[in-house]
Amino acid sequence: MWDYSEKVKDHFYNPRNVGTIENPDGVGEVGSLACGDMLKLMFKLDDRGRIADVKFQTFGCGSAIASASALTEIVKGKTLEEASRITNQDIANYLGGLPEQKMHCSVMGREALEAAIANHRGEKVETEEGEIVCKCFGVTDKAIERAIKENGLTTVEQVTYYTKAGGGCGTCHEDIQTIIDRVIKETGGGIWRVQPERKKLTNIQKIKLIEETIENEIAPALRKEGGDIELIDVDGDKVVVAFRGKCSQCLLSGWTMQSFVQAKLREFVSPEIVVEEAKK
Amino acid sequence: MRRVYADNNATTRVDDRVVEEMLPLFNATYGNPSSMHTFGAEAEKKLRQARVRVAEFITADPSEIVFTGCGTESDNTALFGTLEAYPDKKHIVTTKVEHPAVLNPCQLLAKKGYAVTFLSVDSEGMLDLDELRDSIRDDTAIVSIMYANNETGVIFPIEAIGQIARERGIVFHVDAVQAAAKIPLDVNKLNVDLLSISGHKIHAPKGVAALYVHRGTKLRPLLVGGHQEKGRRGGTESLPAIVGFGKACELAAEHLPEMDARVRAMRDKLESALLQSIPEAHVNGGKSPRVPNTLSVRFEYVEGESILLLLDRDGIAASSGSACSSGSLEPSHVLRAMGIPYTSVHGSIRLSLSRFNSDEEVDYILEKFPPIISKLREISPFVQTTHAPKQP
Repeated sequence: MWDYSEKVKDHFYNPRNVGTIENPDGVGEVGSLACGDMLKLMFKLDDRGRIADVKFQTFGCGSAIASASALTEIVKGKTLEEASRITNQDIANYLGGLPEQKMHCSVMGREALEAAIANHRGEKVETEEGEIVCKCFGVTDKAIERAIKENGLTTVEQVTYYTKAGGGCGTCHEDIQTIIDRVIKETGGGIWRVQPERKKLTNIQKIKLIEETIENEIAPALRKEGGDIELIDVDGDKVVVAFRGKCSQCLLSGWTMQSFVQAKLREFVSPEIVVEEAKK
Repeated sequence: MRRVYADNNATTRVDDRVVEEMLPLFNATYGNPSSMHTFGAEAEKKLRQARVRVAEFITADPSEIVFTGCGTESDNTALFGTLEAYPDKKHIVTTKVEHPAVLNPCQLLAKKGYAVTFLSVDSEGMLDLDELRDSIRDDTAIVSIMYANNETGVIFPIEAIGQIARERGIVFHVDAVQAAAKIPLDVNKLNVDLLSISGHKIHAPKGVAALYVHRGTKLRPLLVGGHQEKGRRGGTESLPAIVGFGKACELAAEHLPEMDARVRAMRDKLESALLQSIPEAHVNGGKSPRVPNTLSVRFEYVEGESILLLLDRDGIAASSGSACSSGSLEPSHVLRAMGIPYTSVHGSIRLSLSRFNSDEEVDYILEKFPPIISKLREISPFVQTTHAPKQP
């Protein structure tokens, strides 16, 4: 059985923004029945050019439905300019991660969004151009190249997980390897993962983001185990918190602090964050 | 929460009577059956008894039973063991819908230079016996065909196939893992030389299986080691599991009438009620003879993993032919070989019952199932029908 995060399950069991919009401003449709998943996304803009309403329909597995639902939540209120910068990794992060074999679901989300925006602008989607490499799933070299660059992929297996390319008959594995080699060579083999630019936060914004991250990303998991967490102080990049309930007696609280609380804050707020436990 | 296990083609609950029979083998009768002392003799006696029970279950002679570690090992031993015994013969006949335990070794052998005929099936999952007859060559070493399909439950006419193989003097192996305990197995009637059955599919523990080897059949061992199983399978016998397997075979024979009546009735009820309450649902292999416990049903416009996850949330364990649930990207090779349209191959669900299921459980499944399909169809971009219940 897949190890889906609570957030994936939540978005699968209770998908947000399902349905269609009358006279949408943009419609994107990717995937097909034959491939086993398909996503249709449509949006409506408000008078300031922000996404006012967004709806989706999905044929697909649990993580495909969850990814589509998550995507609609992410893009709401964004301008198309902002929305077009959303990566598949953003969708996966929003869901608290996806099993690697299921990353193609997040890519499908990003592709549908891109297609919908292109549809609005009357443009063609870049990844639809180029040569078909994987005939089973109709994946182009451009789409593969992009997934490699955006997610730092290094193996054929990973490319299959992210794009489905190579997941059928397998005859294109050599071609995929060639693309991986070329991209790595072109990018110098160093760090070429596209990092989304972080905005400089004011102190107030930062504290607010820390609060939100604790409330939305950290506390729910602890509360499920009968514990809780409280924000005590923020001093520059130092965040002081206190464990409550079962967490305060837990022998693993140090571990939780490092690999969960700090990791989440670094992911959502800033990679510089250092978490400390308040002195009892 | 209520839990209903309807995935008995994947594995089964071990019968309490089997567990009871096994327990003394761990800490009382724990000798090595090969040893020259009373501990060994006691163990040997239990091994002999289990062998008799398994043999009786398929109407074989105890000397024709080789215990193995799993169904896959039985299948692999049959294939590789026969090919090694006939080094000049370079052709294999099998089907496109075999279990991976046969299909994958055959694909491997094809890469290694063997000619392999993968027989196709029709839309109801049935073989064409003329195609089978025509495919046999002078250098055919083995015909390996499953008795009942694990996904659809479709039963192949093994007796007739055995007749064809025997006329041509070719070794015939039957993977009967999904047939055992569901339909009667009589190796004498079936004209088979080799036949695989597995413990954990018939309420014995995992880790034990058997290969029936018809007396006089040439076969090389896969595991080469000690003289266990008369040199046909090296390795100390997993005695507790084997004893459990023996007991499970005895019980399976007793429960066969129940399988054919009560379990079949539950399956048939599931089938007709699901088709009744859910539009655009079809039974895979529904027009072919099937084992009485299996229902493979496909739903248009929805994806199998999603169905499984929602069923699981209601405590119902089932299985799917969809790609996503298996971790591969390709949907079931069985359903594709049957030419099931892509609109529904991803939305196939298998419910497989056992004697441990009850009428109440069937009712529970029937209560939970239709809303799940409706929910997913509401999300699906393909739905072209209304969700109104079908008119009878």
